[in-house]
Amino acid sequence: MERLLEVKDLKTYFNTDDGLLKAVDGVSFYVDEQEIIGVVGESGCGKTVTQLSVMQLIARPGKIVGGEVIFEGRDILKYKPHGEEMRAIRGGKIAMIFQEPMTSLNPVLTLNQQLSESLMLHLKMNKEDARKRAIELLRLVGIPSPEARIDDYPHQFSGGMRQRVMIAMGLSCNPKILIADEPTTALDVTTQAQLLELMTEMVERFRSSLIIVTHNLGVVARYAKRIYIMYAGKIVEEGTCKEIFKHPRHPYTIGLLNSVPRLDTVGKRLVPIEGLPPNLTNMPDYCAFLPRCPYKTEKCRTSPMPDLRDVPGEGHRVRCYVDIAEVDNVTVK
Amino acid sequence: MSQSNEIILKVNDLKMYFPVTRGLLRKKVAEIKAVDGVSFELKKGETLGLVGESGCGKTTVGRCVSRLYQPTGGEIIFEGEDIAALPEKDLKRIRRKVSLIFQDPYSSLDPRQSAGSIVGEPLIVHKITKDKIDYHRRVETLFQLVGLDPALMNRYPHEFSGGQRQRIGIARSLASNPSLIICDEPVSALDVSIQAQIINLLLDLKEAGETELTYIFIAHDLSVVKHISDRVAVMYLGRIVELTTPQELYENPLHPYTQALLSAVPVPDPEIEEKRERIILEGEVPSPLNPPSGCALHQRCPIAKPECREVIPPLSDRGGGHLVACIRA
Repeated sequence: MERLLEVKDLKTYFNTDDGLLKAVDGVSFYVDEQEIIGVVGESGCGKTVTQLSVMQLIARPGKIVGGEVIFEGRDILKYKPHGEEMRAIRGGKIAMIFQEPMTSLNPVLTLNQQLSESLMLHLKMNKEDARKRAIELLRLVGIPSPEARIDDYPHQFSGGMRQRVMIAMGLSCNPKILIADEPTTALDVTTQAQLLELMTEMVERFRSSLIIVTHNLGVVARYAKRIYIMYAGKIVEEGTCKEIFKHPRHPYTIGLLNSVPRLDTVGKRLVPIEGLPPNLTNMPDYCAFLPRCPYKTEKCRTSPMPDLRDVPGEGHRVRCYVDIAEVDNVTVK
Repeated sequence: MSQSNEIILKVNDLKMYFPVTRGLLRKKVAEIKAVDGVSFELKKGETLGLVGESGCGKTTVGRCVSRLYQPTGGEIIFEGEDIAALPEKDLKRIRRKVSLIFQDPYSSLDPRQSAGSIVGEPLIVHKITKDKIDYHRRVETLFQLVGLDPALMNRYPHEFSGGQRQRIGIARSLASNPSLIICDEPVSALDVSIQAQIINLLLDLKEAGETELTYIFIAHDLSVVKHISDRVAVMYLGRIVELTTPQELYENPLHPYTQALLSAVPVPDPEIEEKRERIILEGEVPSPLNPPSGCALHQRCPIAKPECREVIPPLSDRGGGHLVACIRA
């Protein structure tokens, strides 16, 4: 499989009143063709800003201050955010689905207008062809009687249906990569299951790659091939899905796995991660997770932020000094 | 978990219909049957989980029980007294005994009130404390009980994180020494790592409290409900479709809706996920404005038969207190 997108040492900072906020601080990841990856982290960890930076959708006071985004062999960060080249990529070659289907559709435009827009812009279709294609897409994502509903407005659809429309819109120009940012968080569980199945089915059909950004480890467990765990603007652990769930090595990943109640275990007391996520404007030099870490050693306190290092297991890397496999007491079963 | 056999709450055929009005004269044109015949019992010290998708009526049940709504019909027998039709002036007495924890820790706290005064307000409203010193001591104890530093009493809600705000909300709900707390999605607005802290706190309070606490725990997340509850009621379109213990529900779900709901919840383990079979319900939850005839699930149900269209299945015991409302299960 070929490498489709490679992000290297991406840095996006926000200049706030409280100081420089390093939302994304040296993030590197890649996606192969037709691969599904997961980016997992809690709110404020920089997972969304990372993806927005790839699309160059960062507004002031945010700024992409460093790194490369190699897409199809070229560094697309070199393109101007409003330039021709970037616009051709945005929505055309890389498309994004946002969390809130209620707010990310335009309430005053019909579905036809919204779906046709990108088809006419990127694929140079005329109005009639675009409309036909839009109906086709709506049928693909399971909107009943799309011919009748294409001239409806977003408020006439339920939340799940709107997210289906977003999926249709995201895939309309046959993108190489679909980025789904918390695609199912605002939806009910049964709808969530429907949409995840639909989305993975669709990217397979369109031969696209999929980046699922989520806070829910369960969502990625089923579909992602590889996973990146983010904390405080940095990737703290990466590896194949099986590796991460079977041999989690970063204290944060272990904490996440231990703190969610699971359907298949009974009555075990949850082990929460103590404390709070750090304030990103005032980061210490040492490991950002240290104040909450149960495995911390003296070395962690006196050394700078650890680098990602290789550990046993395919492509498994972790940003931690401590060898947790030796410390044991990992309660994840 | 400590549980007596004393029934603290008995809900009988609870109905809550909301009128849909139209025009200047607000003529009633239809009714939304948000809750349509819900019955359950709650023992003292027990935690009952109410689970279901949005619009299934779980929050409305909670609001009826706490009498924020005046139910359209049915009985709510709380500590031996039917409170379903109690007039407004008698409700203060009930509100002291039944308190609520809300979903959104951002909008459920008054931004212009200090944390201490939020927590202490029930003490004043219900005239629980004798004097200022007593009041202060009580608020301090409440802060400590929920794991907040009493030194933060004079701060305002915006100075706290989401998890801390939820702790303030919990402290407020405990202030009047209630016997029943209705927790309406208390963790769904919080980050994963914070959720566990709050769930553990709710469990600890049950053991530590002065009076024995009973919870109604409302949530859409089946794994959270299963974790915290002694019994779980699954709701669909205004009715309870299955009610049993969490273990039984997980190991032996009888209602097709419960089965689909369980299979839709992802498990954070790729190996288990690979083997699990997914039951995906077609379509969406029908509108409660125009509910289907017979069993509300029949249009989406994989095992429906023609007669499902006609009969509303009653909740019946399938042994050991496992209640199911399905004629096919």
